[in-house]
Amino acid sequence: MSDTTTSGSQASRMPRFVRRFDPAVATAFGCILMLLVVGSIYSTSFLSPEYLLQQLKVASFLGVIATGMMLVVLLGQIDLSVPWVVSTGAMMACAAAAMGPLGGLLAIPFGVLCGVLIGLVNGFGVAYLRIPSMIITLATNAVAQGLMVVYTGGFSPQDSAPEAMRWLATGFLVPGVPNAVIVWAIIGAATVFALTRTTFGRSVYGIGNQERAAYLSGVDTRRIVLIAFAVAGGLSAFGGVLLAGYASKAAQSMGDAYLLPAIAAVVLGGTSILGGRGSYLGTVAGVILITLLQSILSVMQMPEAGRQITYGIVIVIMLLLYGRAPATR
Amino acid sequence: MSEWRYWFAEQRGTLLALGIFVVMFIIYTANHPAGFTANVVQTAANKGVLLAFVAMAQTLVVITAGIDLSVGMIFLLTNCLASWIVVGTPMETALGVVAVLLVGALCGALNGAIVIYGRLQPIVATIATGAIYYGLALLLRPTPGGSVNEDLADALTTKLFGFMPASLVTLLAVVLVVWVPFSRSVYGRAAYASGSSEIAAYMSGMPIRRGKFMAYTLSGLLAAVGGLFLTFFTYTGEAAYASGSAYTLFSIAAVVLGGVSLFGGKGSLIGAIFGAFAFRTIGDLLFVFDFEPLWQPLFQGVVLLLAVSLGAFALFRVRNRLEWFG
Repeated sequence: MSDTTTSGSQASRMPRFVRRFDPAVATAFGCILMLLVVGSIYSTSFLSPEYLLQQLKVASFLGVIATGMMLVVLLGQIDLSVPWVVSTGAMMACAAAAMGPLGGLLAIPFGVLCGVLIGLVNGFGVAYLRIPSMIITLATNAVAQGLMVVYTGGFSPQDSAPEAMRWLATGFLVPGVPNAVIVWAIIGAATVFALTRTTFGRSVYGIGNQERAAYLSGVDTRRIVLIAFAVAGGLSAFGGVLLAGYASKAAQSMGDAYLLPAIAAVVLGGTSILGGRGSYLGTVAGVILITLLQSILSVMQMPEAGRQITYGIVIVIMLLLYGRAPATR
Repeated sequence: MSEWRYWFAEQRGTLLALGIFVVMFIIYTANHPAGFTANVVQTAANKGVLLAFVAMAQTLVVITAGIDLSVGMIFLLTNCLASWIVVGTPMETALGVVAVLLVGALCGALNGAIVIYGRLQPIVATIATGAIYYGLALLLRPTPGGSVNEDLADALTTKLFGFMPASLVTLLAVVLVVWVPFSRSVYGRAAYASGSSEIAAYMSGMPIRRGKFMAYTLSGLLAAVGGLFLTFFTYTGEAAYASGSAYTLFSIAAVVLGGVSLFGGKGSLIGAIFGAFAFRTIGDLLFVFDFEPLWQPLFQGVVLLLAVSLGAFALFRVRNRLEWFG
């Protein structure tokens, strides 16, 4: 692309910390500041620490789910099975908790494991059967939905979330900081470490850039893709577990509201939808941006219809600003 | 003789879809308590054409190597719109129908403009526009309701001459009016060519942008015909998110069953129609075999998973391991 070469020559004259800063991430943070200003006009309590921490807690559910989505998008793939993997994780964790004391102990790992299993099916289809990821993940989404409908008998599940799940989502280990935020921070730190300091992370970027080249340089690309999808499934389910802990029960369509925001957060954070380029800092910015946007729309008492329309328009505009593919020449 | 071979190779996917559908439908009617009667055929046709129209819409985009995750939402939006404006005197109704079709085409054109001229990935762009269309549908119908010109609705969902479902006749008419001219025009050829190799089509000077734009626009139009028919069947408009996303999903399954390649450039609208009928019949099979309705989503999901995995058989034709890694 021509624009990367020009910005590269300009960047070499700038100090190092400026050079390393992605313009997309900067734009996202700029939008966050703008939203904070707009929000503070609508409501005076918008800038209070309690409100902002509350926002961060809500953001952490999306943050966990978007982390998995980002891994997959970095590979140049996409995971459309998020809605029902989130619901499956939540329902299965609550179901395990209803089995008795041992089930209560294993509720969280069991919920996450169910997500990992669906992720493994996705990864196997994409990596070994070469099925386009959006197709196989749409199909596993439908299968997960079918399984949950059969399991619950078509009604909302009766089981409620155990104490451990509620504590994980809403408790306070460190005074003042909700546990969910700490959970997101730990997952985020682990992801940053994996992406920048391990061969796994390098391989993910490599595959996203040019899978053939990564394969030729000795990366077991199929295994990496399989692992990435399994991790993404596990993280989606974990997001569901946290959500169930927050709402203290699981619901049928609790995951529906997370597919578009997760993709949007990743893409708005400057991760290329074609893969191979993007930083976790950007995804954090995207998640906070989306959460603040949702929050402002609800402060403005915008109905669901207006929120959907605003979402779609914001994503299209931001993509047009920095997500365009090169022209055919 | 060799002419026949080429024709057969080109139509293999379509013929396979026709075969699957015929087998499924024979099993279905053989086990149906009423048997093979005009009424059973009419009910099946009326349910089938809804998915057929959405699948046709999906096919037009898939042929250009794109994918449209907003078809289900265009279908919902036009359903909600039709429940407002396809009412009143014959003149008002006709204007309403035209307006609904125009809005559908406009939605498709917006998708096309964003994907082609904005150079965004179809999958992300249509997820985002899908949210917009769903939001508009919700604005129109926050709660289910509305009405439709019942004379027109009944005329298009009844039987002609006592045996021929009118919905099938409409389907045929739409194919003749929309698909046949488009697929034979320069733009149709360009849409196919850009699906099979965009660079090659560009180099040979085909109008790929206009071809793709036409394909997206007509796709929105076909989804709107589906939305109209939904209104004719239900007499109401409803912005149900689950129903919209289910139609998007099923349209992809129907396209795959219909022998249209998801990588673009291959397949026909006719195949997608039989794919849609086959998929619907598979879903209905559960009822004639007295399964609990609860199992239907799972069954359809598994069929979908198997249908898309069929596309993976291309893997076994790979000669060189490097061909795995695009």
